[in-house]
Amino acid sequence: MSSVPLLNASGCLDALAAPDVTRSLDAFVTKTITPLPREGNEPPRIAETPCGMLNSIGLQGPGLEVFVAESLPRLAALGVPLWVSVGGFSAADFTAVCEALDDRAEVATIELNLSCPNVDEAPESSAQLVAAARRVTSKPLYAKLSPATWDITEGARAVQAAGADGLSLVNTIRGLALDPATLRPRLARGAGGYSGPALRPIALACVYACARAVDLPIVGMGGVAAGGDALDLVAVGATAVALGTVLFADPGAPARIRVELEAEAAARGFDRASDARGVASETQDLQEFLTA
Amino acid sequence: MQRVVTSAPARVRVRARVAGNEPIGRYTLLRLERGELEPGTPGQFFMLEAPGRLLPRPFSLCLAPPGELGFLLEAIGPGTRALAALAPGDEIHVLGPLGRGFDLDVARPLLVGGGIGMAPLPFLSEQLGAPPAVLGFRTAEHAVAASLVPNARVVLEPTLVTAAIPADPGDILACGPEPMLEAIRRLQPGAQLAWEAPMACGYGACYGCVVEIDGHYERLCLAGPVLRA
Repeated sequence: MSSVPLLNASGCLDALAAPDVTRSLDAFVTKTITPLPREGNEPPRIAETPCGMLNSIGLQGPGLEVFVAESLPRLAALGVPLWVSVGGFSAADFTAVCEALDDRAEVATIELNLSCPNVDEAPESSAQLVAAARRVTSKPLYAKLSPATWDITEGARAVQAAGADGLSLVNTIRGLALDPATLRPRLARGAGGYSGPALRPIALACVYACARAVDLPIVGMGGVAAGGDALDLVAVGATAVALGTVLFADPGAPARIRVELEAEAAARGFDRASDARGVASETQDLQEFLTA
Repeated sequence: MQRVVTSAPARVRVRARVAGNEPIGRYTLLRLERGELEPGTPGQFFMLEAPGRLLPRPFSLCLAPPGELGFLLEAIGPGTRALAALAPGDEIHVLGPLGRGFDLDVARPLLVGGGIGMAPLPFLSEQLGAPPAVLGFRTAEHAVAASLVPNARVVLEPTLVTAAIPADPGDILACGPEPMLEAIRRLQPGAQLAWEAPMACGYGACYGCVVEIDGHYERLCLAGPVLRA
C-alpha cells in the first residue's frame, strides 16, 4: 500500500470481470447503483478525441435489489475495501439505496454520484441530496461533484454542512464530438462526459480550491496517467487518488502508478508521497525568499 | 443472439516488438513477436496500443505463425494509421487474448468474410483444416488479402457475399460489416457471427461496446465478439 491510497474512479472498472486489477487497488468503487435496473444509453457510447475521450454510458446497472443479493457478496469476497457509488433521480432514490446499504458490513464507504453528465439530474441540490442520505446512513459519505461550475467551493461548503465526510473531485465534464464526415454527434445521446488528460488541470484547480475551502478528505481524480499526475493532486490537497480513463488503456496502471508516485515524491525530497499533501498551497517562507 | 461457449485463456499485457509490417493490397499485415502472449481461439481479440493515441484498438488475431501474432488492419483513422506506420523493432503494448471466439466444434464449416472483416478467418481456417470460404470485397485491390484464406471464393462489389453463399451452406462462421452479418442472421439462425463495436478497454471496464442480446445491452468484449445468430 502506498502512502496515498489509490482507488478506481466509479464506472471505470468491473471488479468481477477484472479481480486482478481490483486487488491492485487500495479500495474499489462500484459503478453507480440506482434503485431500479438501468439499461443505460443507446450505443455508440464512447468516442476518442485528440486530448481525451467522451463516454455516455448512462448508469447501466442491475439496480439495488440484484446488486445487494448477487454482486455485493462476490465483491466482498475480493477482500478489497468496498466503496459503493450511489445515484438516482430524486432524493428518494438516494435515500432508498443508502438505507439498504447502511447495515451491510461489506460496504466501507458510500460515494454519492451528484454529478453524472449523462442522465437527467435530480431536482434537489447536492446539499439536499447529501442531507437526505445522511439521515438514513451512518456510513462515511463522499460527495462526488462536477467541475462544471463557476465556484466549486460553494458546493463543497454546502455538502460539508449537509453532513458529507469527504469529497470526490472531479466527475467528467460534458463535451461533444462530431463525426467529420456527417457532422453529426459521434455519441448516440449527443454529448457525453469528457475525461482523460484534458481533465487534469481542471481537476487540479477544483481540488486546490476545495482543499483550501473545506476541511474534508478529498479523493482527487481527473486524467491521472502517471505517478507525477497523482503527486500533483496530492500537492493540491488530495488525500487519495482515483484512476479512471487510464485503466481502459492499462489495467496495470494502479501497480505502475503506485511505484511512480512514491519515486516522484522521493525525487523531490519527500519521505512519502503523502508528505507532499497541500504543498502547492503553502506560502513561501518570506525569510527564505529574501535571502535566496 | 446467444453467447458462444468457448474456453478463455488468461489475458496478459506485454510490450510486444514489431517483427514486420507489410501491405497486402489495401490492407496491412502487422506481425508482432509473440513473447508471453497466447494466440487464444480464432475470433478472440487483442487490444493494440496505437502510438500517440489515448486508447488502444481492438483487433482479432489473423495469423499465428510460430513465435508471432499477425493482425490485419485497414488504415482508415488516426489509430489504424499509427499502427500501419510501425516499423520492425518498434514496440507497442498488447493486451489479450480477450473475449469469446468461435466454437470450433462444427460439422461442415463455411467461412464468410466481408472486407476487413476477413481478419480472423485465416487463423480460423488453419484451425479448422482449410474449409471452404466465401469472401467479398469492394475492389480487386482489397481482395489481394484473400490469398491468406485457402479454398476461398472471392466476389467483388456490386456482387454481395451473401449471394455467393451456396444453397446448403453448412455451418456458417462469419465476420464482416453489420449489414452482411444481419443478412446471414436471417439466412441461418445459429450461425456464428463475429461483431464489432467501439471499445475503450476490451476487458469489461468501460461499458462502451454494448450490443443488444436478448433485449438487454451486454458488453460485446465479454459476451462476444462471436455470438450465435
